[in-house]
Order: sequence, then structure tokens, then C-alpha cells
Amino acid sequence: MIRPLLAIAVSLAAAALILCLHKRPDARDTVSVVAALLKFAVVISLAPLVLAGGTLELTLFEVLPGVDFAFRVDALGMVFATVSSLLWIFAALYSIGYMRSLNEHAQTRFFAAFAVSLSAAVGGAFAANLFTLVIFYELLSLVTYPLVYHKEDGESWGGSRRYVVYLIGASKSFLLAALALTYQLAGSLEFLPQGLLAGSGADGWLLSAVYLCYLAGFAKAAVMPFHAWLPAAMVAPTPVSALLHAVAVVKMGVFCMLRVIFHVMGVDLMGSLGLGIATAYLVSFTIVMASVYALTRDDLKARLAYSTVSQLSYIILGAVLLTPMAAVGGIIHIAAHAFSKITLFFCAGSIYCASKRRNISDLAGIGRRLPWTMAAFFIGSLGMIGIPPSGGFVSKWYLVLGSVEGREMVFLTVLLASALLNAAYFLPVTYTAFFEPEKPGIPGAVALQEVREIPMVAVPLLLTAAMSLALGLAPGFFVELAQLVMRAAGV
Amino acid sequence: MSGLPVLSILILLPAAGALAVPFLRGNGLVRRFTLGVLFADFLLAAAILAAFDPTTAEMQFREAQLWVPALDMGYRLGLDGISVWFVLLTTLLGWICVLASWRAIAERVKEFMTCLLAIQAMMVGVFCALDLVLFYVLWEVMLVPMYLIIGIWGGGNRIYAAFKFFLYTLAGSLLFLVGLLALYFAGGRTFDMLALMDAEYPFRLQVWVFLAFLVAFAVKVPMVPVHTWLPDAHVQAPTAGSIILAGVLLKMGAYGFLRFSLPMLPDASLYLAPLMIALSASAIVYGGLLALAQTDIKKLIAYSSVSHMGFVTLGLFTFQQNGMSGAVIQMFNHGITTGALFLFVGLIYERTHSREIAAYGGMIKAVPIFGVLFAAFLLASMAVPGTNGFIGEILVLAGTFGVSGWAGTAGVLGALIGAAYLLGLYRQVLLGPVKIPAGSVMQDLRRRELACALPLLLFVFWFGLYPKPFLAILQPSLDHLMTQITQSDEAATEGLAWK
Repeated sequence: MIRPLLAIAVSLAAAALILCLHKRPDARDTVSVVAALLKFAVVISLAPLVLAGGTLELTLFEVLPGVDFAFRVDALGMVFATVSSLLWIFAALYSIGYMRSLNEHAQTRFFAAFAVSLSAAVGGAFAANLFTLVIFYELLSLVTYPLVYHKEDGESWGGSRRYVVYLIGASKSFLLAALALTYQLAGSLEFLPQGLLAGSGADGWLLSAVYLCYLAGFAKAAVMPFHAWLPAAMVAPTPVSALLHAVAVVKMGVFCMLRVIFHVMGVDLMGSLGLGIATAYLVSFTIVMASVYALTRDDLKARLAYSTVSQLSYIILGAVLLTPMAAVGGIIHIAAHAFSKITLFFCAGSIYCASKRRNISDLAGIGRRLPWTMAAFFIGSLGMIGIPPSGGFVSKWYLVLGSVEGREMVFLTVLLASALLNAAYFLPVTYTAFFEPEKPGIPGAVALQEVREIPMVAVPLLLTAAMSLALGLAPGFFVELAQLVMRAAGV
Repeated sequence: MSGLPVLSILILLPAAGALAVPFLRGNGLVRRFTLGVLFADFLLAAAILAAFDPTTAEMQFREAQLWVPALDMGYRLGLDGISVWFVLLTTLLGWICVLASWRAIAERVKEFMTCLLAIQAMMVGVFCALDLVLFYVLWEVMLVPMYLIIGIWGGGNRIYAAFKFFLYTLAGSLLFLVGLLALYFAGGRTFDMLALMDAEYPFRLQVWVFLAFLVAFAVKVPMVPVHTWLPDAHVQAPTAGSIILAGVLLKMGAYGFLRFSLPMLPDASLYLAPLMIALSASAIVYGGLLALAQTDIKKLIAYSSVSHMGFVTLGLFTFQQNGMSGAVIQMFNHGITTGALFLFVGLIYERTHSREIAAYGGMIKAVPIFGVLFAAFLLASMAVPGTNGFIGEILVLAGTFGVSGWAGTAGVLGALIGAAYLLGLYRQVLLGPVKIPAGSVMQDLRRRELACALPLLLFVFWFGLYPKPFLAILQPSLDHLMTQITQSDEAATEGLAWK
């Protein structure tokens, strides 16, 4: 019964221990890894129950009339919780290698905030209503803030400022309004299988306004024009970009939107008010535009960030097409994008640790010095483009089937065009690294002859690369969960 | 506790303390004595809360002694689910004020502590009073110790600030007196507040009295445009003065609306609700914008009070279940959070003698306990979900959206502006490279200072996550108030036509 709580508490306790052990780095870093393993064990122990079609409810206390502080483990939450807790294991290992090889300052603060972020992510995944969800959503914004300004130089103060202003600003205006209106209209903030607002009988325009407030308020989903915080967040150390700004934080935003679409608005309302199709156009624009931005970025992390903006919108697109196939595709994409993108970010970090290079044009010839890293990068790229046997292929396959099923040829075109764009900005990176002659004299960079793979950094990224392929070969777990979500939503 | 006149004890304990202090010797003894008396008073208030029956809207712990029978004027006391919380808040902040002044007040300690004890007796008296004259007398006399606290122990410009504070409030109070007398004569020649609540008043009279009360209460809340005394008073007042001002005295205005305007003048309240909502919405936005422009920490928090108290009056005049309970919880929250913020500003000032926002940086690194706690209270003031501020804000906004989309939008805008200036303060003072004014030493919190902050922090999260006990005690009284308002159907429908 208390396992959802336990899953949240593990990393909170870890954070406390990390703070206590600040003078003993080895013990401190062991705590992160052990906590990650424990957390994943707790989360996955809930899987059989969820796969059997059950949910686990845990109501702690009533906050306001109709609003409880409560948890519910269901299929959708399980997808998000599994992905973030599983990838924390690799990110924890990777962070240790990364932070130590760069001799970073304030490592205790870093690992403690990292652990709390994971509590927030899993807390959000298992939240049974909007109130509980929003508590963890905001906690995640606040606790990732020190991770983004970690370097404490001019650039990171600027980036982190944009990060926190966008996220808090969006939630203080749009999300607050959406919550207040929802509570006033429905008298509750509960997630209901058919949609909380479905039976409210309120005016269609008002409901549409509430929905738009959610879409803008959950800015972590990075739907344009509320995406600018994500590239700004790239000033953070790479492990943060990898786990938080490719998995936990952004998926929290997308996850919240899925909750709103399926369990607050409900599929019927989304369809009858035309909100599904309207959102589909908005996210299609995001998918294409973000790819175009990515194409023009030479900074590797910036390119990855815009790619994330684009890929997140795939997930929402899958949901708002309101067909079972598309939604399954969208939900699997939570996992598929996570495994591939974390690999890509790990690679960017590995390149930086080994060579202090950040720009793609400076990577010429580095493939021979960092063969494992760049091979993993290639595998990650396959997932982004959607080439078999990667996990990205499975999700995009379902998305394509879904748009055909819904007879939405516009979105089919968008999906295909975007796949081409993805190829256009990811494949050249591998090409440059392996086949272009090296450039001499890059200021601040390590000379190519001295670049070596760093094992502590390279091993985790190979593992996540392998997992992104494994997901393509055996997507059963996530497909089943996604189908359970759709069955519950009555699609 | 049934037989004991507990409310009298609650009021007379600090009053007796105030009389005893002049006979004590040595500043240390005076401080400890005051702390003991006020802490005992707090424990008594907590016991009263524990013994409070949450199932009824009746006044509890009632005491009544006729005083001037010819005028039906009496010593009438009682608590309902609303006032019991403000008694708790007042007594909680009381002993915290003593701790906050432990070192900050080094001169005329005896006189200062006498003022603290006296003002506590009067404030508790106001919240307990069920007789118009008793209420009015305490409400007025309360100005004197506050005037002294600002005027004697305040900053450089204290005389001006104290005088301005006194004049504004006194001007309001005179109209309050006129309104009271009108009610006395129209309501059956009694000063018994409960009887006056049951009396019926003609609509025109209600409107005039409402407007007279409005001036008095609006000055206290304070509502725009009669808020200009507040920043001066706050900036000049010593820390304890600021805490009492923000924590309790500002509540008096909103409490006046709750006790007088709404139940006694329901038709006028409904009729003038659009005006009140418009005034509140402008206070929220305008107060926020003023706060955004400040470079002095204390001024920023003072102006933020104008904005946050706007939420209180906004919620009250929505006449919605959510809005009204949100307003009351927001009153309590504001006392806790803003009290704490003023406490922290005081702690900074005590150490460095500067309140310039730009003079600070990196406090979390330099003084971690101070930094983390200050951050927590700033986030509570920002109404981050999980803190008490969020509960108040969401309830008030839910209620407001129920009656007016525009006012709701203004409220959301105010919340956004609030996040902007509080986050700005957070970034500048707490993060970044360590920076403190030249020639000063920043020390982390001492145990005594922690003892001030931690109880307030407890309320931040208790009411943020589990406000149910608060709402459960509040609810019957609020329901009763709602029926009082909607009883006179005719005028009610007329007044509600604007919706």
C-alpha cells in the first residue's frame, strides 16, 4: 500500500544522507547509486499489479473539500515513473564520472538536488489529482533551479533566470487560473477516467479557455511558444540536461498534459470542442519549427534541446489525435525518446569531458578517438529519426498508423517531414565525427591526440544506447501500459 | 474550562503583565517575564482552540456583564470559528515579537515590553469583543501603544511615520463611530453586537453606514488608495512593530468587514460588492506593481501586504463558499508569512544595518540556515503549491472566477506580479556570489531566532497541506454568516443582479 510513498521517500532520504555525507565524496556518491537502484526496485514492483489492470490507491488526508493529498498508481503514471527511475540509475553513475572528471564544485548540492528531483518526478507520476500533481510539479521547478545555475558564472545565471522565470511565470499565471477555474467548475481536482470537466456542463468557450490555460501553464511540455526555457536550461551540467531536461522535467510537462487531456478534459470533450485537432496543429507547428531551429544550431547541446522540443510534441500529438493507435504511439514515445535522448546527451557530455568541445563543427575526426561514444550517438540518432530497430521506430510507427486511422493526412505529412528533418540534423554529427578530417587549433579544446574515452562516463551511455535498441526489439511492456491507459479512457 | 471566564483571563493576563513590568528590575528579567506571560497567553489560546466546539456557529466561551444598563452597554465576550483563529494568531505572534526584540531593543526595555503586553491585551480584546462600545474602545486605544512603538523605538523618520499612521487610522475611526451610533439608534438601542446582527436596517441607512465603515476598515486593511501610511509605518517601525502591524493590525480591517459590514449590513454589502471587488482587484495589481519597484526589502514586503490583503477583501465580497473561506485563511496566512518575512528583514537589519536589496547576495551560502528559512517564507508568500499561501490563493481565485472573470484575471495577474518581485528578491538576496554591506558581519541564526522562525514554518506547511482543521472550525461560522447575508432575499436579488 505504501509503495508509492516509499518510491518518493527513497530519493528524499537519499538527499538527506547526501547532505550529511558532504565530507565523504565516495560514500556520498554511493548513496545516489544505491538509492537509484532501490527506487527502481520499488517502482517496478508495482508493475505486475498495473499490468494486471489494477490500480493502487493511497489517500493520505483531505486538503480541501473534494481535494485529497493522494496517490494512485495507474498505467500512465507507471510509464513515467518507470522511465525516470530506471534512467536515474544510469544518470547517477554517469554523473559521478562526469562531475569527478571535470572536478566540479558544489557536488553535494548537485547530487542532493538531483535526488529530490527524482522524488518530484515519481511523486508527479503517482499523483492522484491535480493538487498533488501540481505540488510535485512546482517542487521539480524549484529543485532543478540550483542544478541549472550550478556553474554560477554569468552564462548560467542568465540561463537559469530565464528557466525559472518562464516556468514559474507560466504556472503562476495560466496554471493557477486553470486550477482555480477547474475547482470552481467541478468542485474537485480529481483525475477521472472520463474526464473531470466532462460532466460540469459549463460553457464550451470557458472549458476551452481552461484547457488553453493548462496547455500554457504546464510550460514544461515546451509546446511553442512556451519552449524558450528549455534551450536556456542547457547551461546546466550535462547529466542534468540528460536526465532532467530530456526525461524527468520535460516528461513531467508532457505527462501533465496527458493527464489533462485524458483525465481532466476527457476524450469526448476534447473531440466535441475541437480542442484535439486545434492542439494537433499547434504541436505540429512545434514539431517542424523546433526541428528547423535544431538544424541551425552548431552547439551540440542546443541542437539536442531543440530536438527535445520537437520530440515532446510528438507525444502530445499522439494524445490529441484521440485515436487509440496514435495515443499508444505517443505514450510509448515517452520511453523511446527518453532512452535515445539521454544517450545523446550522455554522449555530448562525454565529448565535453574528454575534449572540452561543444560545437558540432569542432568534432571533426573525434570519432576515431571516442569510438564508443560516437557509436552510441549514432544509435541514439536512429531512435530520434525512427529507424528500426530503435524504440523510436515503434512509437513513430504507431503514430503514423494513428494518423492514418484518424484520416489525418496533414499530420502524417508532418510526421514524415519531421523524420527527414531529424535525419538532416542528427546524421551529419556522426558523419563529421567519423569522416571529416580533423581541424587543428580549436581554442580551449583538448588536442585530438590526447582525447580518451572516460570509462565511468562511457559505460552508462553504452548501456542506455543498448536499451534504446532493446526497447525497439521488445516494446511489449510499454505497449501494454499504453493500451491500458487507452482502455481506461474509453477510446 | 467551562466555569472559568477564560476569555477574560486571556485578555487580563497580558494586561496584568503590563502593570507588573514597571516594578521589575533589570532588562533581562523584564524580557524573560514578558516572554513568559505572552507564552502562557499563547498556551491558553491554544487550549481554547482545542476545547472549541467545531460543530456550531454559536459564540462560545461567552461572558456578559452589563456595564451601563441604561444604554445596554456591556462587557460581552465570545468567540466563533473565525475569531478563535485570530486570537491564536495574535498570541502566537506576541511571544515571537518578544524574542525578535531581545537584542534589537536595548533602550527603554521596560517601556517597550509594557507596550507589547498592553497591545496584546487590546488586540485579543478586539477579537473577543461582542459589544460595540467595548470593541470600539479597544480598537481605538490600541493605536496608542502602536504609536509609541513606532514613535519611540522606530527608525530615523519615526515621528513622521507614527503621526501619519495615527492620523489615518483616527480619521477612519471617527467615521466608524458615526456608523456605530447610527446602528445603535436604528437597531433597537443596544450595543450588543449579536442583537445588532439580527436587527433589520433600512437599505439607505445600510449603504451610508457601510460607506462610513468602509473608510475605517479600508484604512486598516489597507486598501488602495488609503494605503500610503503603511510603507512609512513599516519601514520606521522596529521589527516587533512591523510583525504586529502586518500580522494582526491589518487583519483588524478585514475582521471589521466580517463582523460588521457583512452580517449587519448584508443588503448594502451585496449592493456595493462590485465596488469592493473593483477596489480589491486594483489593490492586488497596484500594490504588486509598487512592490515590484522597490529597492528596500522592508518596503517591498510592506507593499506586498497591500497586494496580499487585496486577496482577502476580494474573497470576502465574492459571497462564494470558496472565496470567503479562502479570504479568512488568507488573512491567517498573511499574518504568518508576512510576520515571518518582517522578522527576517529585522534579523538582516540587526546584523548589517542595511535594507537595500542590491547590497546583498549569496545568503544561502553565507548563512545557510537563515537562507533556507528565508527562502521557505518567500516561497510561501509566493504561494507555491504545498505552502499555506497556495490554499488561500486558489480558494479566493476559485470564488472570484465564480462571480467575475475580470476580477479573477486581475487576481491571477497580481499573483504573477507577486511571483516576479518575490522571485527577484529571492535571486538577489539568497543566490549568487556572497555579498554583504561593507563593514558588517553576517551571522547565522541563533537558537533564539530559530525559536521565532520554526513555529511559523510549521504553520506554513500545516496549512499548506492539511488546512482541514482550520476549515472545519471555520465552516459553521462562515455558513452562518452566509445565511445572514442571503436572508433578506429581496435586496439580495437586487444586489446580485450585476452578476
